[in-house]
Amino acid sequence: MMSNEAVKQTPPRRFQLPLQIRVEPRLEVPRWLSPVVSLGAIIVALLIGALILAIVGGNPFQAYAHIAKAAFGSLGVLSDTLVKATPLILTGLACAVAFRMKLWNIGAEGQFYMGALGASVVVLTGIVPEEASRFVTVGAMLIAGVVFGALWGFIPGWLKARMKVNEIITTLMLNYIAISLTNYFIFGVWSEGGFQMSHTFQRSAWLPRLSDYAEQAPILRGLTTHFGLVFALVAAVIVGYVLYRSIWGYEIRLIGDNPRAAEYAGINITRNTVLVMMFSGALAGLGGMSEIGGVVHRLQAAISPGYGFTGIIIAWLAKLNPIVVVPVAVLFGGLILAGREIQPAGIPRLIQGIILFMLIASDVLLRYRIRIVRRAERV
Amino acid sequence: MVQADNLVEMRGIVKMFPGVLANDKVDFELRRGEIHALLGENGAGKSTLMSVLAGLYKPEAGTIFVDGKPADFNSPKDAIAMGLGMIHQHFTLINSHTVTENILLGLDDPRFLMRLHRYDKKMETLGEKFGLQVTPAAKIWQLSVGEQQRVEILKMLYRGVRVLIMDEPTSVLAPQEIEELFKTLRSMTVDGRSIVFISHKLNEVMSIADRITVLRQGKVTAAGIPTATTSKSELANLMVGRKVLFQLDKTAKEPGDVVLELRDVSSLNDKGLPALRNVNLKVRSGEIVGVAGVAGNGQTELGQVVTGLRRCTAGKILVNGEDVTNKPARVPIDSGVAHVPEDRTHVGTAPNLTITDNVIMKSYREPPLAKGSSLDHVAARERAEQLKDEYTILAPTVDTQVRMLSGGNLQRVILARELSTQPVLLVAMQPTRGLDVGAIEGVQRLLLKQREAGAAILLVSEELEEVFTLSDRIAVMYEGEIVGDGVEADAQKVGLLMTGGKKSSLEGTAS
Repeated sequence: MMSNEAVKQTPPRRFQLPLQIRVEPRLEVPRWLSPVVSLGAIIVALLIGALILAIVGGNPFQAYAHIAKAAFGSLGVLSDTLVKATPLILTGLACAVAFRMKLWNIGAEGQFYMGALGASVVVLTGIVPEEASRFVTVGAMLIAGVVFGALWGFIPGWLKARMKVNEIITTLMLNYIAISLTNYFIFGVWSEGGFQMSHTFQRSAWLPRLSDYAEQAPILRGLTTHFGLVFALVAAVIVGYVLYRSIWGYEIRLIGDNPRAAEYAGINITRNTVLVMMFSGALAGLGGMSEIGGVVHRLQAAISPGYGFTGIIIAWLAKLNPIVVVPVAVLFGGLILAGREIQPAGIPRLIQGIILFMLIASDVLLRYRIRIVRRAERV
Repeated sequence: MVQADNLVEMRGIVKMFPGVLANDKVDFELRRGEIHALLGENGAGKSTLMSVLAGLYKPEAGTIFVDGKPADFNSPKDAIAMGLGMIHQHFTLINSHTVTENILLGLDDPRFLMRLHRYDKKMETLGEKFGLQVTPAAKIWQLSVGEQQRVEILKMLYRGVRVLIMDEPTSVLAPQEIEELFKTLRSMTVDGRSIVFISHKLNEVMSIADRITVLRQGKVTAAGIPTATTSKSELANLMVGRKVLFQLDKTAKEPGDVVLELRDVSSLNDKGLPALRNVNLKVRSGEIVGVAGVAGNGQTELGQVVTGLRRCTAGKILVNGEDVTNKPARVPIDSGVAHVPEDRTHVGTAPNLTITDNVIMKSYREPPLAKGSSLDHVAARERAEQLKDEYTILAPTVDTQVRMLSGGNLQRVILARELSTQPVLLVAMQPTRGLDVGAIEGVQRLLLKQREAGAAILLVSEELEEVFTLSDRIAVMYEGEIVGDGVEADAQKVGLLMTGGKKSSLEGTAS
């Protein structure tokens, strides 16, 4: 038994620092915090990238200056960056829409290919006559691209809603089917003189480019930015409206957060699953259509260096906010472009990776408050 | 002061959670061989205090003495090694394993070769010693909740605990099972074991405890007072800090037309087994029909079929004469059926959405919230602000995510949403479960107000007292059947029906 005096004292403490870091969940996230944290994460990522560049013997300042110049340095390269960003915006939006409802559509790549195929069908099979106006031709390509993409979203959506088939597997597998299907047409049906590509589309099937107006405004000479960017921006606004302002968007958010509550609120989850997957596929399909209408002007193999997969990353980095998807896609477009300038694979990919890591890690700061307190304050 | 017969002493325990002081310099003493009730409202800090004692939480300040020596627990394992074990409200059993496997889980003894049948014997003997009958080879999912609780107790006894902490052990049990549990607990104290009984139910505490400690808002308001020297009303006072009226003013009212009618409704549960068998039930406007029963006897499914969340395999459901059988959940909602669901977090709310988004869940499709295909966010916010005031939902703003709210406030969000639509039929599933005395009173008042307003109310509750005080008519469910409709508000009779006892002999008088 202990004496009474000993009982009153607290037991001896181990050595403790006078300051202590405490992690507390946040009850409320201020509006300004999210952009500030994201910006901070990008800066930290660039600093880490700089450190690595310095370690491997490069000059980080020079490298960054070069990347910045190669991506955003002049009107010409900025225009090229926007060309790269266009498909990324659309695939990013496609993923953001689906992810909002916790539908893990990783099939934007395949839906992108299907959109390209759909647009090509319209042109190459003569559904739209060659002498039709640009307005009619592009309009038909747009509809076909969107419909083909939506169809490629409908299949996994229906399977998920009706048969409870995991959409991650189906969308992934449908990517390969879509690519093989396009290859079949490239190699077998529309091959031009044995090359793995169709013949070039007629001019009326080309999306207008800035350089088309160089005669009126000489400054536009050589600028490759095409009308697809307008499609992408309009799509971002539409998706923004749907998710934040429409009744359907409320249902999507509710299903995404708690499907059982949505069911209890009388929302038809089956129908919404199919619709959202179709919407997602349509956006990616629009990306494919805009890419071949605005850049390649023919159907060929490897029209996408993985835009559909980069779209997943972009959607996450934008925190599934369709408006934020636009600047993030431009940033990634720039990094892809600058990557070719300084190194085919290494550093730019590395920086992309670090940015992704930092942004995902920074999420902790949004959910928790980190405080440094004095020990004495605690009790 | 450390006394010889104090098995456990807690001194000056402080435990903080972000924004909450759960335990504020709490002292607690537990004598050898006593049943000590820890009484308090929800959120008073009872479970927190005992989780500290069981090694689950580390307190910010304070000391625990076991046998007079200071003890420092880093995990529940440390606490069990000192003989302190806690049985949580939600059981920690593995459903697909047998009783024996669950008891042995985490122990070093059967090291490699399991030879479970040997241990089966041990478990049986141990069970017999304490009057806890179990089938050692049975899988957990095959057992009733009461039996599962026995397994939890055996788990602790097998580990040789001297102090058994039970967190709200009766909340899942039927009256008869509660009696049995109490017998077991008393037999355990005979050879010197002590029991901490956490509860907010005054009746139970009065009948089982030797001494009572009352917590209010993290502070001790009564420390170890002998049960014999106190009364129910005094305890309620200590718990709530004000006089609690156990009487609700319910006016006599003549029920109106039949609003809800179930005709021979049958349905399956999630496992595909029959959950409802030929249920016939009528609820009239201005009438509360209370359904009593032990959890898992079809009440959940009853609520679900009426609200369109579960398919019927047979029978018809009519709301105001309109056939809603197996219609999508939208149909009952549109015909004025409100639903306070049993599961507030998984069904009743979307945790990461704001209060605003949660209160408009049933009304967002119609004007003034809907404008064409758009949702009017300004109107939605206004609606939320108004409901927040009207139903006194305590939260910083209507933009607060509902997962941040306490159980009582969450229930207010649901009630605000469901009752503000002026329903013709209200299906209230366990509306006061887990709420504290003050909140229960508020919820019950709201239900009576709906009855005044002429709503038909189907009340499903496991609290007999609640069913008795609120209902105009009482029905009892057992194994998916209504075994008594219009039963007297008599605990003995209802209790018997709830456990399937004397079904045939009572049926004649009930119908």
